[in-house]
Amino acid sequence: MALLDSKVPQGPLAEKWSKHKNDIRLVNPANKRNIDVIVVGTGLAGASASATLAELGYNVKTFCYQDSPRRAHSIAAQGGVNAAKNYQGDGDSVYRLFYDTIKGGDYRSREANVHRLAEVSTSIIDQCVAQGVPFAREYGGLLDNRSFGGVQVSRTFYAKGQTGQQLLLGAYSAMNRQIQRGKIKSYTRHEMMDLVLVDGKARGIIARNLVTGEIERHGAHAVVLATGGYGNVFFLSTYCMGANVMAAWRAHRRGALFANPCFTQIHPTCIPVSGDHQSKLTLMSESLRNDGRIWVPKKLEDAQAIREGKLKPTQIAEEDRDYYLERRYPAFGNLVPRDVASRAAKERCDAGYGVNKTGEAVYLDFDSAIMRYGREKANTMGLKDADDKTVRDLGEKIVEAKYGNLFQMYEKIVDENPYKTPMKIYPAVHYAMGGLWVDYNLMTTIPGCYAAGEANFSDHGANRLGASALMQGLADGYFVLPYTIGDYLANDIQTGAIDTNSVAFDEAEKAVKEKLERLMKGSGQHSVDYYHKKLGKIMWNKCGMSRNAKELQEAIEEIAALRKDFYENVRVTGYADSKNQELEKAGRVADFLELGELFALDAFNRNESCGGHFREEYQTEDGEALRDDENYRYVAAWEYKGEPKDAVLHKEELVYENIELKTRSYK
Amino acid sequence: MKIHLKVWRQKDANSRGHFESYDLDHIEADMSFLEMLDVLNESLINQGKEPVEFDHDCREGICGTCSMVINGKPHGPQKRTTTCQLHMRSFKDGDSITIEPFRAQAFPVIKDLIVDRSAFDRIQQAGGYISVNTSGRPVDANAIPIEKEYADASFNAATCIGCGACVAACKNASAMLFTSAKVSQYALLPQGRVEATTRVLNMVKQMDSEGFGNCTNTGACEVECPKGISLENIARMNREYLGAVAKG
Repeated sequence: MALLDSKVPQGPLAEKWSKHKNDIRLVNPANKRNIDVIVVGTGLAGASASATLAELGYNVKTFCYQDSPRRAHSIAAQGGVNAAKNYQGDGDSVYRLFYDTIKGGDYRSREANVHRLAEVSTSIIDQCVAQGVPFAREYGGLLDNRSFGGVQVSRTFYAKGQTGQQLLLGAYSAMNRQIQRGKIKSYTRHEMMDLVLVDGKARGIIARNLVTGEIERHGAHAVVLATGGYGNVFFLSTYCMGANVMAAWRAHRRGALFANPCFTQIHPTCIPVSGDHQSKLTLMSESLRNDGRIWVPKKLEDAQAIREGKLKPTQIAEEDRDYYLERRYPAFGNLVPRDVASRAAKERCDAGYGVNKTGEAVYLDFDSAIMRYGREKANTMGLKDADDKTVRDLGEKIVEAKYGNLFQMYEKIVDENPYKTPMKIYPAVHYAMGGLWVDYNLMTTIPGCYAAGEANFSDHGANRLGASALMQGLADGYFVLPYTIGDYLANDIQTGAIDTNSVAFDEAEKAVKEKLERLMKGSGQHSVDYYHKKLGKIMWNKCGMSRNAKELQEAIEEIAALRKDFYENVRVTGYADSKNQELEKAGRVADFLELGELFALDAFNRNESCGGHFREEYQTEDGEALRDDENYRYVAAWEYKGEPKDAVLHKEELVYENIELKTRSYK
Repeated sequence: MKIHLKVWRQKDANSRGHFESYDLDHIEADMSFLEMLDVLNESLINQGKEPVEFDHDCREGICGTCSMVINGKPHGPQKRTTTCQLHMRSFKDGDSITIEPFRAQAFPVIKDLIVDRSAFDRIQQAGGYISVNTSGRPVDANAIPIEKEYADASFNAATCIGCGACVAACKNASAMLFTSAKVSQYALLPQGRVEATTRVLNMVKQMDSEGFGNCTNTGACEVECPKGISLENIARMNREYLGAVAKG
């Protein structure tokens, strides 16, 4: 186990981070000018890290496959960002945010990392406001908050349903300032194809210029991977189309251990699949669960009539509706964590109560919120005897102000007006808690290779709470990595620029070119999408919301066979030395075909249910997840050995010094 | 339904482009416009032909990656809708649809429907920020109360997704709506006032040097903007600019 040293500092939990910052080595400003850092990915974690590193004086090169750093998929995050500000005076604190996050993650995250996350959360809000991020405000001019799942306080800061956009544009603006200063060189439409190791240390990357097809070498003293999650292994997900695991996977192949790949988040409120042509799924923010009530009909015959189009949801009487989250989890109701809400939706739909053509949808209903807000508004306007229509009109306006863009998005996709009829929603793949294993400094098992944001595994355990992804991305990028990386770079003040004409770069470039040639040489039976969709089906059916040993074993075999078929028979049109979107996709799918197998192996290995990982064999009598703390209270970190199924398992035991492990209950 | 497509094909920036025609059958109303193009590409690949390249990523109307001019309109016929959010129910069986890239001197074509919008990044780099370093020690977020009216107006300007439809819609290929949205976001906030003068001067200078045209108040940009960014922002930027020049 020597491989996995978490490097968690000694001392009381609340003092670890301060003490660590005092203990680690620094690089003086004159020396920072001689040190180069590569940051791959320009979402919240990558953009904030590169801006901050450049402000500190390092020379930064950023890489993104998009045409602008601003387009990274953090931009699509809707609901909000958590911070333990306790502006609402509702009893919030750093400890509570820490505790909620650990519990929400079903006790599978690293205590010290999560506490640090909660500590720096407040600085994120201060920093973003200073940058001009226009958060929602109350009439008194102060910042507004809302609630998210799995917690009982209001600690979520937001900018309508576009919080991710505003935070990312804030980080992008900080990047732009450094680009203008010449401290960041931004490479857009570039994809990292491999990590280059010199004497065992990460010393650069091989990238493909996606416009010209040119293969480029870039050297640096450290490489930061902030490349997001791998949910697109399911083909259908709420991720953007280009999201991929390539950078993380290539680092894994070079020796970085990959942790807990089976921990993925299935988000409960997404727009259901409409047909075989579907290319992606769209999220409806969890913030909607503040005001929306989730239900299905109580009677099977009503559900069937709805599916056949003979009955409308608005015709079902109140007493014939089953608000199943409120029924099963009275304490948290519609605001249970995502894993719990998703499984509950699947349970009802599997039992035959689904409400769309395919039987895979439940209702998210705003009627009572509209009427409640409307009545409040009528009262404050002095309209004591307002009729229902007036109340409804007033209420709809308030709901529109809160969630207008989400309702509009829903209407565009589904062609139904959610103010008048309940939304139909169903769970979909949304986030990856698993990722590259990192120590307390966010360094992977490859010296000098760091992972930040969704690309690492450390903070969310087996289930992430809503509004915590934005918090983690920015915490890593603004407040953690720029400081911890100095401890490593202090060794490099005399190294000088990295020479990219070395044997290591020659070999890596050659391997990348060979891989591209191999992808171009398939026999041409099927398109890349054909294989991606097949992989997605296997993943969703056998590694999705519920899993069992038999199907996981099948998945391992099926994915291996599909991968073989892919290399033999894929058809990639065009040329490797020019713009070629099919080749880009092929490279990404090739890596998903390896990751998927490791994912299934990891799920097979974990003989317990926890968070988003639900094994049918391990559940309580009332269908809740049954953890096995005695045998599985560890991070499963996998070492690459060729075929994914041969990966070697390393365990990092999770130590909880400050909290007691309990069965998670939201009842 | 059956759809007839006329699609702009162009090998690279240096080649001449041309339209090609394609006929599609079995297009469903629930498909998004880009899913319809996925269907086209799948069939081209199966015939061993090169698929049509187009920019797209989030497919939920927020990243600003998708572009293209559909039947003469940037992002197609629906108001306040990006191409990726457009659905085939907006078209009828038998319709002909013409698809072109965004056209502007400052947005050179890279391939087929993909254009280079890096000029937008350079305008932002010229001044689209507040100069504050990450320290963990700025003032508390609630130490600066901001009137809700201004906070909301700033937010509305900040919702620009940087897609470039304003430029494509404008007969002058002007980037004033885009630039003014960023200028406005900061001009409306107390944090942003400090550098307001240099910001507007630098951003406008960069905008001009990229080869975008000037604003003649036609308003096509606001009409075609998928996020409904208001023309008021251009008026505000002009005011800011005149003030800055006068200070000069």
